[in-house]
Amino acid sequence: MGEVIVITSGKGGVGKTTTTANLGTGLASLGKKVVLVDTDIGLRNLDVVMGLENRIVYDLLDVVEGRCRLKQALIKDKRLENLYLLPANQTRDKTAVSRQQMIDLMAQLREEYEFVLIDCPAGIEMGFKNAIAGAEKALVVTTPEVAAVRDADRIIGLLEAAEMEAPRLIINRLRPDMVRKGDMMDIEDMLEILAIDLIGVVPEDEYIVISTNRGEPAVLDRHSRAGQAYRNISRRLLGEEVPFLNWEAGSSFMARLRKLIGLG
Amino acid sequence: MLEFLLRFFGRDTTASKKIAKERLRLVLVHDRAGVSPHLLEALKNDLINVISEYLDIDTTGLEVSLNQENDSVALVANIPILRVKRTFKTSPETAVKA
Repeated sequence: MGEVIVITSGKGGVGKTTTTANLGTGLASLGKKVVLVDTDIGLRNLDVVMGLENRIVYDLLDVVEGRCRLKQALIKDKRLENLYLLPANQTRDKTAVSRQQMIDLMAQLREEYEFVLIDCPAGIEMGFKNAIAGAEKALVVTTPEVAAVRDADRIIGLLEAAEMEAPRLIINRLRPDMVRKGDMMDIEDMLEILAIDLIGVVPEDEYIVISTNRGEPAVLDRHSRAGQAYRNISRRLLGEEVPFLNWEAGSSFMARLRKLIGLG
Repeated sequence: MLEFLLRFFGRDTTASKKIAKERLRLVLVHDRAGVSPHLLEALKNDLINVISEYLDIDTTGLEVSLNQENDSVALVANIPILRVKRTFKTSPETAVKA
């Protein structure tokens, strides 16, 4: 029986899809059997980020409405043997699927796969409710901005109300240089406000733009800093104790300097 | 010394992250209270119980709300008093009966 994990954020554009693609690829590269599910019906994107957009024949809606078998709709990844994608439908909207259909689908997927990662749509409406319905764990993605953290707080409240296991936080697009200057909220600030456990910090990395252009998740690139962060989060999802990288630990150069010259 | 250097290089010493954090703190006070009306309702009921040990109050006219003034949020309770009790005991059982 596999784990069903939903990746959510409330606010759009903070990196849910990129996170889902990279963690799924990361877990698969560690030998796990993984399926990624795009639940953003009407606005599907996970296929493009994974570089699998040309291989779609059937989608999630075809499965729940019985037009094809589950196996027929699953797209095998180009790079990894044990990684699959269930794409969203692009022509309908979030109301096309019911909560119960999602619960049943996830129950079916967890029989076959060790990890089912759900890419949740932005917002708190039906699409969100459906996406979390069949999941038992949640990862909340935020960026160090007031609007993103505010929405993350709302999402955490809704996940608690839905009686999910305590969600874990991914801080995305952190800029250590700006944190050092005091012009970006640091990790401690966000953890204090949101009061949940941290599972990882992904630094801002130009390579993400390049890898998304190519349709190749950054987690496979040894030179990408964001890729390294995603590899670490993947290992933490497997229960490994992975030390936080220096930008994750929050000990800024300035703080160390201050300590050194006796000001801190 | 460090402050001086920072100012010398033209950096505003109130880091913008502090502003962000403060704005976030205030906005979340309202968000969380607004999202769970149960919170204020439960607080109101507890307040009635505690205050009733000392005063007879008009529970129907009682109002509890959050008021924001610039950089702080205050809990404002408007509690009409009907009568001050002549004797009071801190034990909750006797107070509820009275």
